[in-house]
Amino acid sequence: MRRGLLGRVLGEHPVGAVFVTPYVVFLAAVFAYPLGFAVYMSFHDYFFTAPGAIVERPFVGFDNYVTVLSDPAVRRAFWNVLVFLVINVPLTVVLALGLANALNAAIRWRTFFRVSYYVPYVTASVAVVGVWLFLFNSNGLVNSVLGPLAPDPSWLVNSKLAMPTVAIYVTWKQLGFFILLYLAALQNVSKDLYEAAAMDGADKWKSFWNVTVPGVRPATTLVVLLATVTGANLFTEPYLLTGGGGPDGASASPVLVMYQKGIEQGNPDIGSAIGVLLVIAVLALALIERRFVGREES
Amino acid sequence: MKLRFVSLLVGAFVFLFPFYYMLIGSLQAEPDPSVSGAIPAGNLTLHNYSEINSAINLGRSLVNSGIFTGGVILGTLVFGVLAGYALARLQFRGRGVVFNLMLLFQVVPFQLLTIPLYVLIVRSYGLADSYLGMILPFAINSTAVLVFRQYFLQLPVELFDAARIDGASELNILWRIAVPLVRPALLTGVLLTFIGPWNEFLWPFLITKQQDLQPLAVSLSNYLTTVSARAANPFGAVLAGACVLAAPAVALFLIFQRRFISSSLESGVKG
Repeated sequence: MRRGLLGRVLGEHPVGAVFVTPYVVFLAAVFAYPLGFAVYMSFHDYFFTAPGAIVERPFVGFDNYVTVLSDPAVRRAFWNVLVFLVINVPLTVVLALGLANALNAAIRWRTFFRVSYYVPYVTASVAVVGVWLFLFNSNGLVNSVLGPLAPDPSWLVNSKLAMPTVAIYVTWKQLGFFILLYLAALQNVSKDLYEAAAMDGADKWKSFWNVTVPGVRPATTLVVLLATVTGANLFTEPYLLTGGGGPDGASASPVLVMYQKGIEQGNPDIGSAIGVLLVIAVLALALIERRFVGREES
Repeated sequence: MKLRFVSLLVGAFVFLFPFYYMLIGSLQAEPDPSVSGAIPAGNLTLHNYSEINSAINLGRSLVNSGIFTGGVILGTLVFGVLAGYALARLQFRGRGVVFNLMLLFQVVPFQLLTIPLYVLIVRSYGLADSYLGMILPFAINSTAVLVFRQYFLQLPVELFDAARIDGASELNILWRIAVPLVRPALLTGVLLTFIGPWNEFLWPFLITKQQDLQPLAVSLSNYLTTVSARAANPFGAVLAGACVLAAPAVALFLIFQRRFISSSLESGVKG
């Protein structure tokens, strides 16, 4: 094959650059440019105008951030998502690992179980929200079953229970995906370790705790990170399940507030500032979690 | 072990019951939230389906969902296969950069981008209430590109060398030799791409205000938040719409469940 100067500069198959061009243009237009644009808007007085209109959009420094951080609705939303994560992330890890571990044993109806756990994950949230509303409204089936134990006011209109109910809904919806991640990770735990543990006289619980849990630690790190990112992106559920983050903002998420302020009320600069803060918060949280969960990896 | 089997069974019940209840609720003439109402006995009707159909025009909404999803799948198959092939099989300047950028952008939360994308697509390009505006941010599914790349990497290198010595162009090699060998990857890519736009709510919700352009997820949620309060049997109609929205994704999943499950494993572990 001819490899002249041109070949050394452009590589052996310069046509490859042509093949990836549409994808690179897509990444630039849909990720890189909007990302930069969001940061730009958050530092300027930006407002909606008719297409093509040229107006001045002065640089305002951290003004938008100050507005955002001193807004009790925004602070409430960030607090809410923290409550969400404190419930959702540990519950996801425990349930997903427990069910994956049970599924990993030779057991009847394995395919049936795997499929049934995964169905909520492939179904549109808008569709499943409908049935959760039916189940959890004040005279819904859940309260009929609970009888006198039913909370008052009911789940989704109770300011203490709304966010936890949303957190449990999301755990339920996403769990199948995380069970599959753990199932894959369990295949990589060496059988010898279980045998060694059994020789040392460890019972089932001990070998789960001393072999399985450390063995799937990289998967746990991934599950925790993915669950955190999913939680930070929460929008559909508070919008529909609790009627726009109700009662009285008790289940509003940052993305919901970002939508309300940025688009409904027409302040994209404020909305962008919320978005940038959200990403910084998620990155910080992810670093902490990585430290905490992944510490025994090396 | 009995305990293990019982806990799996309880789990399966918790996961499947809402779907069963969705179907039952969509068929009840009167909403019956009592415990005995969960077991159907009389009181069943298809009226809720015609109710939701007259409220949001199910057919039109399904067509819109189909065009939105179809556009994304088409974009992913054409441009995603080209990109996946180039990233796997062609040596060119900048390949490493493109690959790393792709991985980097996978972790950017889409929600951060909704405000700037809304400003750009709706305000600057005037693409509100259009299929193009709906499809654009999802046009190439990066996870599918990763899957395509992975499959192309597994093909033997001799195959490509032989074709190149015969003077075949890269486009010819891709189309005549590589693509027919990775058909399973194409199916996987289509399935994994499908559930994204079909279930997507936030983006089409933001950019479609005209009802006859809204995908089913959007028109159903608008019904849920505004109209349903005034309907005779709001839950019945909402659940009927929910069944229609859920059915295609669930059916595809049940038919191809092996492929779905292995593809999410691959993308999860490797991506």
